[in-house]
Amino acid sequence: MDIQLQEVEYRYAAGTPFERLAIEDVSFTIPEGVFLAVVGHTGSGKSTIIQHLNALLRPTKGQVVIGDRVISAGKKEKNLKSVRKKVGTVFQFPEHQLFEETVEKDICYGPINFGIPEEEAKKRARSLISQVGLSEEVLQKSPFDLSGGQMRRVAIAGVLAMEPEVLVLDEPTAGLDPRGRKEIMDMFYTLHQEHGLSTILVTHSMEDAALYADEMIVMHKGRVQKQGKPRDLFSQPDELAAFGLSVPEVVRFQHRFEALSGMKLDRTCLTIEELAEELARAKKRGEDR
Amino acid sequence: MEKMIFGRYLPLQSPVHELDPRAKLLFIFGFVIVVFLANNILSYGILAVFTLLCIYLSRINIRFLLSGLKPVIWIIAFTFLLHIFLTKEGDLLFNIGFLKIYEGGVRQGAFISLRFLLLILVTSLLTLTTSPISITDGLESLLNPFKKLKLPVHELALMMSISLRFIPTLMDETDKIMKAQIARGADFSSGPIKERVKAVVPLLIPLFVSAFKRAEELAVAMEARGYRGGEGRTKYRLLHWQGKDSAALVLLLVLAALLWWARS
Ligand SMILES: Nc1ncnc2c1ncn2[C@@H]1O[C@H](COP(=O)(O)OP(=O)(O)OP(=O)(O)O)[C@@H](O)[C@H]1O
Ligand SMILES: [Mg+2]
Repeated sequence: MDIQLQEVEYRYAAGTPFERLAIEDVSFTIPEGVFLAVVGHTGSGKSTIIQHLNALLRPTKGQVVIGDRVISAGKKEKNLKSVRKKVGTVFQFPEHQLFEETVEKDICYGPINFGIPEEEAKKRARSLISQVGLSEEVLQKSPFDLSGGQMRRVAIAGVLAMEPEVLVLDEPTAGLDPRGRKEIMDMFYTLHQEHGLSTILVTHSMEDAALYADEMIVMHKGRVQKQGKPRDLFSQPDELAAFGLSVPEVVRFQHRFEALSGMKLDRTCLTIEELAEELARAKKRGEDR
Repeated sequence: MEKMIFGRYLPLQSPVHELDPRAKLLFIFGFVIVVFLANNILSYGILAVFTLLCIYLSRINIRFLLSGLKPVIWIIAFTFLLHIFLTKEGDLLFNIGFLKIYEGGVRQGAFISLRFLLLILVTSLLTLTTSPISITDGLESLLNPFKKLKLPVHELALMMSISLRFIPTLMDETDKIMKAQIARGADFSSGPIKERVKAVVPLLIPLFVSAFKRAEELAVAMEARGYRGGEGRTKYRLLHWQGKDSAALVLLLVLAALLWWARS
């Protein structure tokens, strides 16, 4: 399922003295099966954009095409449940959405709302709880007895249990420990790879964007400033710096190395492995000469 | 949700904004009493004009103010209907079998709804034009005499200001949690009443949990910064009663006199 934003503008509290322009003239397409990273300084409108992807916000101008549904400014849409079933959203700090007596019930809440039989929902809960790195005993506990990180994982499982076609993630790993971060991100990436899930990741971590994303969008002051492959965008650190963003450490190392040694590597490396290979190759070339 | 106006402060420049909070509090207190003087079309008319004048002076967009009333419209409509159906005075206007509507009922209903509306408008003006901190300072200073009676004035004022301060925060939080549950297929706006009441649980529980957590954090943060109640606490902002503050109260007296003259 493709999602398309066409000249979308959104104003919070439109028509009141508190009116606030959050995004304007935002157009891009999310083709099926892509892993898209959305980066930008705080307050640049990332969260606002992703709330358009499952019609939680209706644009104040322009339109959003979600599969075969068109959400446009000024037109009230009925029956958006089908959209929300297909687009699963993990919000910033999703642990705040937990409410059931047990973790199992909470994970089943979404699927049951969308008409999945209880047995099937429970089955999903059991398989997901280990997928997010928790043991099955947790299922019968109260979500409020868990640690913050564990709650986060339960909330994520609750969204995955809806088996969406598109997964929207708003800083899903903010505030987790480094290992937890990697575990969770790897899990999302596996899902994306194995099930062809379109994934939209809002993140402040350039490392994550470099590591996982096929496409990257740079937001600044409510507008899309740049769009392209992470490798291409990260090869121009000065342009990103203008939007208050940095490049991954690996890339920074490479640029510094190139500046000091006068050598130029063949490509911008996004991982330590790539960089090591390129450096080895460059060294070999130097020896051959 | 974002249209809610209760407890919101709208920082603008206006004669109403510049009044001493004590003057505004006394004014509201007086207004609430004075409103009850009105009992006929003329006196309600005077009251309405006076309220519009206050709104005009506050520079607050009236359309914004009215759109913020939406949540209470239902209560007002309900009061109106209650009076229409239950008051049996005056001429019979309508008679469909069991349903009898009297002229007195319509009048009573209209008056009481109007009274309610005006009260809400004027009291929202207070919070819209006065920052929560000023309201607290004003309240504390007005209630000071009651300290002699061992009334915990400072604590009461603090409680009030904290509540006011956190109304917008809670609103934002409600909005966020609501969105998160809608994304998980919750339906707050359609379906039979029983289903809708049930749908509120996933909203209320997280809201309560976070409110309690927030309260605890706030208490700890205050203690950590040495807060020990009102005893010996000095004030950063001092209140100054000025001529215009007295003028506001005089205006209220004029209104009272006018209403007294106009009422039947
Ligand atoms: N509920 C709201 N009401 C009014 N204004 C809002 C609301 N939510 C966001 N905004 C404003 O819209 C703009 C964009 O906010 P948004 O939350 O989309 O930013 P963000 O890129 O997600 O930031 P962060 O990285 O901090 O999460 C900000 O200027 C913000 O103040
Ligand atoms: Mg955000």
